[in-house]
Amino acid sequence: MTDTQISAPGAGIGRSGRVALAMRGMHHRLGPVLAVVAALIALWYLAAIPMNAQNSLMLAEREGIVLTPATASERRNMSGFALTLAEPSQAVARAFAQDRPRLPSPHQVLAELWDSTVNQNVTSKRSLVRHAGITLAPTLLGFVIGSLAGIALAVGIVHSRLMDLSVMPWAIASQTIPILAIAPMIIVVLNSIGVQGVLPKAIISAYLSFFPVTVGMVKGLRAPSPSDLDLMRTWNASATRTLLSLRLPTSLPYLFTSLKIAVAAALVGAIVGEFPTGAVSGLGARLLAGSYYGQTVQIWSALFGAAIVAAALVAAIGLAQRVTLKRMGLS
Amino acid sequence: MPDDVINAAGLDLTFPSPDGPVHALSDISLDINEGEFVSFIGPSGCGKTTFLRCVAALETPTGGTLTVNGMTPDEARKARAYGYVFQAAGLYPWRTIGRNISLPLEIMGYSKSDRTKRTQDVLELVELDKFANKYPWQLSGGMQQRASIARALAFDAKVLLMDEPFGALDEIVRDRLNEELLALWKRTNKTTLFVTHSIPEAVYLSTKIVVMSPRPGRITDIIDSPLPHDRPLDIRDTPEFLAIAHRVREGLREGMEVA
Repeated sequence: MTDTQISAPGAGIGRSGRVALAMRGMHHRLGPVLAVVAALIALWYLAAIPMNAQNSLMLAEREGIVLTPATASERRNMSGFALTLAEPSQAVARAFAQDRPRLPSPHQVLAELWDSTVNQNVTSKRSLVRHAGITLAPTLLGFVIGSLAGIALAVGIVHSRLMDLSVMPWAIASQTIPILAIAPMIIVVLNSIGVQGVLPKAIISAYLSFFPVTVGMVKGLRAPSPSDLDLMRTWNASATRTLLSLRLPTSLPYLFTSLKIAVAAALVGAIVGEFPTGAVSGLGARLLAGSYYGQTVQIWSALFGAAIVAAALVAAIGLAQRVTLKRMGLS
Repeated sequence: MPDDVINAAGLDLTFPSPDGPVHALSDISLDINEGEFVSFIGPSGCGKTTFLRCVAALETPTGGTLTVNGMTPDEARKARAYGYVFQAAGLYPWRTIGRNISLPLEIMGYSKSDRTKRTQDVLELVELDKFANKYPWQLSGGMQQRASIARALAFDAKVLLMDEPFGALDEIVRDRLNEELLALWKRTNKTTLFVTHSIPEAVYLSTKIVVMSPRPGRITDIIDSPLPHDRPLDIRDTPEFLAIAHRVREGLREGMEVA
């Protein structure tokens, strides 16, 4: 029927067998991670009880249940812990299903995440996928601008002693300024010269993402061994040639590591960039709107949306890193 | 003299250091003729590598004169008058052996067809022609060093500078590479400067042995080898060979006593 031999590689294992083998390999790495996640979720649920106690007891009172500190004004100055101890059954029972909890519980966030992604049309204003996409555009543009600027600065710093001494302190200083303080200024200044839309947000992203690339690439471009550099000198190779043939390829492991940090920083920049513009769409706008209207579940789901996007971006670069370095013989 | 490839007279080199100046080379005078194989031997800090680096214009002497092919070392470097082999093979892991060898040719602007031909020729010379498309990590340490020598031979440099090229290899591989290097030298007749720690290696390979001592780095003895050009490996058991080795050892000991 077929030419496949019985003893063909992997023939006896089958698909599920191969998956099991792969899973067994991952098991060692996955176990500790899952344990930490489980502990965090348990802690989260536990924290939700005192955090939401004030609200829990108010809801109980409205239903006519008699409580020990009977009125809201008596309870106002009590801590969440004290309330939980005073009325443990009510505090626990009502902590995890409130409309506007101070701390939403994990399953509420998850439900909101599910509802705002899978259950919504992508074009809907309630779709988190749409908001993520809107934030992704300036993130990626800013990441590209920032990375290129970071590489260019590093090349300058490695080749010019003057730049090494003059640029690096400014690059470090630029990162000590809170981004929340400088973001509105960037938006206002660019707006006054007619630049609007994606670009101002991308520039804030670039502002955050160039720095790790500069630092990583300065180290990477200086990574070739002295004898490798001497060899280039014995061939009377130009600085450009040495850069292209030796320094850049050698710097690639450093580049990928700093790109991972840069892309996450770019996302933060794009989110922060949405705050001062009064944007109505995007993950940042979602966070802001959530906090205006006390929609904590919406805030948390937007936060998790951002975390998922960041994780996906970092993973994509990690994949590119593994493939490239393996092909270059650098891993 | 017209056939002097390298001519050093009263060469001095002092490095500044926090503990005061270090006298790396002191009054080095040496003439090397075309086609000679000269070994530099001595303990660490005797300046043998420093002298090689001066010839390559990787260091600048602070006194005396040094010419390479009748030019200053830096002019010689720019004229690509020498090929340099380091202890580390220094092959790029992202380039195949063939493309590693053609890298200096690319830098020097050789045409593509010329590059291909020269790479092929030197690969045959070091018997690596079947490995042109392999990557460095697919080769043993000895083969990598042979590739590195091939790379130094690929452009027609007059002089081959070798800084402990076999220092990181085991003795069995080293013996074989010594034999091959000698055969290569006889075929190409290239003036070779060879830095080593090993007395047998120096005596086996050289037409001239320069014995050096540290603090300050100086020449204590220059031995013109009476050994014939044809040297099978077992020449190392002959009385002539042992006599030269003895003289080298004496020179090294003398240098240590004075220091």
